[in-house]
Amino acid sequence: MRITDHPILDFKKKRTRKVTIYYNGKPIEAYEGETIAAALHAAGVRTLNYSRIKKRARGLFCAIGKCSSCLMTVNGIPNVRTCITLVEDGMKIEENKPVLPPANSNGSKAKTVKGDIIVIGGGPAGLMAAISAHDAGAKVVLIDENPILGGQLVKQTHKFFGKREQFAGIRGIKIAQILEEEIRKRNIETFLETSAVGIFQEGNEKIVVGVRKEKELIEFRGKAIIVATGAMERAIPFENNDLPGIYGAGAIQTLMNTYGIKPGEKALIVGAGNVGLILAYQLLQAGVKVEAIVEAMPKIGGYFVHAAKVRRLGVPILTRHTILRAEGNGKVERAVIVEIDENWNPIPGTEKVLDVDLIAIAVGLRPSIELLQQAGCQIRYIRELGGHVAVRDEWMETTVRGIFVAGDTAGIEEATTAMLEGRIAGVAAALRLGIADESWVREITKTQKELEEFRSGPFGKHIVEGIKKLLEGS
Amino acid sequence: MMEIPNYLRRGYITPDELFSIIPRPSEERLRKRPVAIPECPQQIPCTPCKEICPVNAVMMDHPNDIPKVDYEKCIGCSLCVQVCPGLAFFMIHYVGDKARITMPYELLPLPEKGEEVILLNRVGEEVGKGKVLAIVPREKSKGDTPIITVEVPIELAWEVRAIKVVRK
Repeated sequence: MRITDHPILDFKKKRTRKVTIYYNGKPIEAYEGETIAAALHAAGVRTLNYSRIKKRARGLFCAIGKCSSCLMTVNGIPNVRTCITLVEDGMKIEENKPVLPPANSNGSKAKTVKGDIIVIGGGPAGLMAAISAHDAGAKVVLIDENPILGGQLVKQTHKFFGKREQFAGIRGIKIAQILEEEIRKRNIETFLETSAVGIFQEGNEKIVVGVRKEKELIEFRGKAIIVATGAMERAIPFENNDLPGIYGAGAIQTLMNTYGIKPGEKALIVGAGNVGLILAYQLLQAGVKVEAIVEAMPKIGGYFVHAAKVRRLGVPILTRHTILRAEGNGKVERAVIVEIDENWNPIPGTEKVLDVDLIAIAVGLRPSIELLQQAGCQIRYIRELGGHVAVRDEWMETTVRGIFVAGDTAGIEEATTAMLEGRIAGVAAALRLGIADESWVREITKTQKELEEFRSGPFGKHIVEGIKKLLEGS
Repeated sequence: MMEIPNYLRRGYITPDELFSIIPRPSEERLRKRPVAIPECPQQIPCTPCKEICPVNAVMMDHPNDIPKVDYEKCIGCSLCVQVCPGLAFFMIHYVGDKARITMPYELLPLPEKGEEVILLNRVGEEVGKGKVLAIVPREKSKGDTPIITVEVPIELAWEVRAIKVVRK
């Protein structure tokens, strides 16, 4: 079901041109600018794929191209991530048939795109890195596998915290527009719907192998690379945790806030960190009832003010509770939650059945480091930063000279810190290449101070500790 | 390990807990003109309330400090209520046997001036009915958030923190 009226967002403006797509031969109306998965959701299709052996139904989980639950065969091409592929008139969508399509000759002659610095990822970190590197004098090429720039900002309807000069008080969706405008003003060459699949070194050049729209192979050549590929939603084990209707929290935000698709009627949220709390508020704004938020920790992990916002609208937050299992026939129909003791064991007799058709998993993120790993960067497990991250120095440079990181890829934090890290990485890369003059070092120092200030409170403490461990390793 | 405060166990703060963190404005001050109350008890890096205050009534030395309001300086202009990213600022004003509460409101439908609405406390329970006295719509709000002022029985001044609009 499509959302028409919303207190913050205006979807009418987006839905201008209707197209028809064919799902297993059946025509479905969609709007230009929607992804295939969003359009299928609007038409009530929740099962997108099946597990290979047992044929269990798979629904959308991440909605940002990071997992494999939405793979389908589109116009004969298998393994298409329908969550980041836009609809086109006449498109044929079927159950995934992972067989090689007939070979075509496009692969043998890859197009080459050259720049000084290749930025992978158009979220807050990547956009800021691209802008800063450009301003420091570098020719920047920006690539992102999503159809729109902004990364996760494009679904953040809440206002940001921080200082006003760091976009505080402005909604994430607006920040995405501001940064995109800055990219456009600078004529930074940008490739959307382009996945980076590998990083290679050839002489003095670094090559990012990209695939555009699942068809075209492109070689991006530069002297430095900034990897700002963000993060992936974590999952947790519970019975039937693969039922369609169980999403990563971010996927619900994408469906609801980017594409205006109502994800369900009644929701359970697992996790009371900022993402879970913010999601609860956004669900209420979209007219979805939130039955409860369960949190295994004894306290709310996110900002209290986000919790207060949903509490006063009647959403219970149950700390020391978890989800025991999901139930339903091919899709979520119920959830069973339970209280847990100090050792995280379910307390018998405290089970409660919630009548929900939507379960959001908001239990944290892990950095997307696959490209860094493939490129040979040294990786360490740093719990405080969200898992495995690339070892890097104060200038965000990894152990492979010329490869920089920024944002959630460098450690799970906030959009504000992602932008600050992006600025450091962008300027540092330009300095390393000898493009920027020494005066730009001051810009790095200034940004480092801003980061330090932002992280100086209790919420930044573990990040500071994590980074300390990381720097010791470099 | 530090004791977990109750407001972090359940997601709402009681007036008693709040006033153990920030001072309670005097009855006299509450009668004089509207006064801003920050319900923001955690050290988070955030400063828009301080930055927008035209009379420097929001006291915060460091971006991570808890905002406290100098109630004598506060002119009750509501800019902090409009900009607060956490929707955690409210304004209270005692008038006769009523209290006027100004709060952010980011849901549909936006109530109309004069409309009777259901009053909700900090856990979303219905605690009475009140009348909407004023609205600053989104376009005019300095923080892209509509704010409304609702008149409530004075004994509910420190309970009501949200409303529900009921249309037939």
